[in-house]
Amino acid sequence: MLQVEDLHKSFEDFKAVNGAELAVRQGDLVAVIGPNGAGKTTLFNLITGHLKPDRGRIVFKDQEITRLAAHEICRKGIARSFQIANIFPRLSVFRNVQVSVLSQKKLSRTLFRPAQTLVVEETSRILESVGLSDKRLDVAGSLSHGDKRILEIAIALGNEPELLILDEPTAGMSPDETASTMALVKRLAQEQGLTILFCEHDMDVVFNVATSIMVMQHGHTIIQGAPPEVRQNVTVQEAYLGGV
Amino acid sequence: MDRNLIFSRSSFLWSAIIFTVLLLAPFFAARFYIYILSVIFVTALLAMSLNLLVGHGGIYQFHHAVFYGVGAYTAGLIAAKTSWPVWIGFCAGPVLAAAVGWVIGLFCVRLNKLYFGMLQISLGSLVWIVALRWYSLTAGDDGIHGIRMPEILSGTINAYYFLLAVVSACLLVMFLIYKSPFGVTLRAIRDNPQRCEAVGINVRRHQLLAIVIATFFAGAAGVLFVVLEGSIFPDMLFWVLSLEVFIMCLLGGWFTFFGPVVGAAIMVALRTFVGSVTEYWTLILGIVLILLIFFLPEGIMGITFRKWARSRSRPAAARTSEGADAAG
Repeated sequence: MLQVEDLHKSFEDFKAVNGAELAVRQGDLVAVIGPNGAGKTTLFNLITGHLKPDRGRIVFKDQEITRLAAHEICRKGIARSFQIANIFPRLSVFRNVQVSVLSQKKLSRTLFRPAQTLVVEETSRILESVGLSDKRLDVAGSLSHGDKRILEIAIALGNEPELLILDEPTAGMSPDETASTMALVKRLAQEQGLTILFCEHDMDVVFNVATSIMVMQHGHTIIQGAPPEVRQNVTVQEAYLGGV
Repeated sequence: MDRNLIFSRSSFLWSAIIFTVLLLAPFFAARFYIYILSVIFVTALLAMSLNLLVGHGGIYQFHHAVFYGVGAYTAGLIAAKTSWPVWIGFCAGPVLAAAVGWVIGLFCVRLNKLYFGMLQISLGSLVWIVALRWYSLTAGDDGIHGIRMPEILSGTINAYYFLLAVVSACLLVMFLIYKSPFGVTLRAIRDNPQRCEAVGINVRRHQLLAIVIATFFAGAAGVLFVVLEGSIFPDMLFWVLSLEVFIMCLLGGWFTFFGPVVGAAIMVALRTFVGSVTEYWTLILGIVLILLIFFLPEGIMGITFRKWARSRSRPAAARTSEGADAAG
């Protein structure tokens, strides 16, 4: 479904991504792991068009998307959440999700129809699926940190993505919140047939959830494979897992 | 279209009461106050058009008066220098303002926030220079005065009713846009353009459309100024007026829909009534602004909405001056 080939991105002298390779098959839950500064977020920003690579190729469903703008890549079926909760803080929870559904349905430039009448059912269904229905009228900026992260996932679902990219979806969450969020991600993947690419620091989460793991260090890929294969890889153990 | 989907019952009732009072005002108010109300109408429409960008779009359009001037000069020059019916100028004014807005916007939307504002001031100032220096067409810094209007629009009362009708129609259209998917998307772009890109929204294209709409209404306000005053002059395009209009939005409440109307009314009243007592009326304005920044950062309508939401036990809505929208 997604192929990243020899991807490079530098910020002045610093090589943030340096020959990264990644393959994601339909239905996979792929985790990207690596120490801080390994280039995980930069890789996600490159895939989703928020940064432009210096060289390399990104192919999604047999179409090259390497140099497309972020909004064009989203239209191809890739939605994402960000490392720091990235929502519309002054709008209601309902409006947050409605904005992305309106965009998906190509209604966001409609001028003379009340927004209240449009995509209400679709928006409500998404809020229901992530468990935020009872907070639909709350101002998004006033939500708890955990709810903001869930809302981010709900916003991404509004785009009816085929590939959902989650940048540290459980960052800053308590162990209970982490467990429930990852259970939600897994359930959504199963129910909606989503392919998920995520990065995460909690190794328990990664090895419990992921069907494939890609390990990054200094901007390049050390290995990508099934969890047992990655766990047994000597280079990975030395570089990152500390001899797990 | 179901009215209840657009207006809440209370907002419809209040709008109807205010409109009726304004409709009857010439029967009980002195002619001077009718003139002042007319000035408020024109200024309010200009401030509302700017707030569509600043308050609802997060677009730093620092030099908005340019488009007001383009609308006014188009209508004024057609009325003063051609034999065409003035109505052609009335229609051409907003359209030309929107066209200039589109051209300037094409360059500016490539930049963000303050850089957008700085480029917009620079490009806007070029238009001001044209009005100031092209003597053969615009009469330079003298401007053109005594532009004659048709019988139906001449006189304070006739002009008042025309202005009331046009401004009401413009505000209604702006309100529909505010409540539309485009309005919601624009507020989302204001809150978080990066997130908007990530949900498939072409941010620049939406911002450009907002600029075209806002400059159209600014041009309409310029046309109404010509109807009211029969004059055009380069100060209409000067950055000082842009700053004044910006202050009106802040004063009234830039996150609320009707805030700029309140801000415009206060500014016009200050200029008229305090200005008649002392030429240092801007000193009072300065003090008002300092108090505003410290005590009412979301403007008069912003704090009014918060208090109303609290009194109605709507805590979710009370957390933001935009709660009515947020809750909607």
